[in-house]
Amino acid sequence: MEHLVYRFNVDRRANGKQLYALVGVVASGDLEVLVERALPDSHCEVIVNTAVRGFADVWEAVVGDFVARRPAGGLRLSVNDGGARPDMVSLRLAQAVASIAEDAR
Amino acid sequence: MKPALQPAVPGEPSYGAAITWYESTARQRIAGLLDRGSFNEFVGPMQRETSPHLAMFDLPAQFDDGMIVGRGTLDGNAVLVAAQEGRFMGGSFGEVHGAKLTGLLRAARDTQSSAVLILFDTGGVRLQEANAGELAIAEIMRAVYEARLAGVPVIGLVGGRAGCFGGGGLIAACCSALAVSEAGRISVSGPEVIETHRGIEEFDSRDRALVWRTTGGKHRWLCGSAERFVDDSIGAFREAALALLAHHAAAGLDSLLREQARLERRLVRFGDCDDALHIWRAMGAGLPAALPELDYAGFMEQGAPIREASDDAR
Repeated sequence: MEHLVYRFNVDRRANGKQLYALVGVVASGDLEVLVERALPDSHCEVIVNTAVRGFADVWEAVVGDFVARRPAGGLRLSVNDGGARPDMVSLRLAQAVASIAEDAR
Repeated sequence: MKPALQPAVPGEPSYGAAITWYESTARQRIAGLLDRGSFNEFVGPMQRETSPHLAMFDLPAQFDDGMIVGRGTLDGNAVLVAAQEGRFMGGSFGEVHGAKLTGLLRAARDTQSSAVLILFDTGGVRLQEANAGELAIAEIMRAVYEARLAGVPVIGLVGGRAGCFGGGGLIAACCSALAVSEAGRISVSGPEVIETHRGIEEFDSRDRALVWRTTGGKHRWLCGSAERFVDDSIGAFREAALALLAHHAAAGLDSLLREQARLERRLVRFGDCDDALHIWRAMGAGLPAALPELDYAGFMEQGAPIREASDDAR
């Protein structure tokens, strides 16, 4: 397994009040993202566990793009990857942030 | 597709009733089955109780190990719920996955809970943790009976991608009642397993029509192995679960004896049949070959009169 950790300083706090949300499934070509409101508002952390080695630079690009586009301050996103393509990863990360921003479950 | 934002409303689920059960995830099924906002998860994903075995095989874990357990209400009735995620490793029973269901069933027994719903979606024991998985199946079967003998009905719902195979099929057979959709297959040895062991002449696993008419929901309902046949929608499963909460088999020696007698009658009636089509003909179906093609309403019309009666026994 490859274990990747990305930490960012961000200026936009994530919306909503929910403490966590879970999206996706660890299935072929898919991934799950557990997003938790666990950090100071100026921080964001993305932790990736993947069995597919050697794609750290792609992960870095996708995760960096996500943090630049979405308000993710205060969030820790934990990813279990089932071999998802970068477009699927982007989609799930965006869905995770949208889910935790909802007012009620 | 995203859940509505209203607060808890008894009697109304938060996820669309018309949405397909087959294509939904385990979490979506729970959201659509139970009353809106009523689900409380035990040992949720944040606790990260993941499989201790998968890393050894360089396989990714899932935070809930493919098993979601908790409590909620079904049209106001307090129930305990377990749902398998069939897309994560085929919904297979690993150590943690199994322990969560065992714990839920024991809690049902100890707290005299009003019912347990098990949303099956599994290929059986997880091969990477086979010993732990086999033990889990045995523990769960015992826990199902302990709950039932304590007066808690255990209702199984089968309509997922992975079907309900291997140890899952054994556990389903221990339940008080089952609801199944056409796509929800129930058996112990899956098609590929039979073909591998007995040869392609015995069972051709690539013959989908054969697979479906042997293990599929229509056949299981016709021969009385499942109490309810339901259309593939979350709303239909919710209705079936409510109906089965109101009427289900009691556990005990009497029902086991009746089941034994019914299985003996089945052997006499259908022992010479070598295909489900022959069984349906023996039951009195005019055009057995047409049954798999029928839609829900058409099939219920044709099937209900010939269906083998499922009394208290199953």
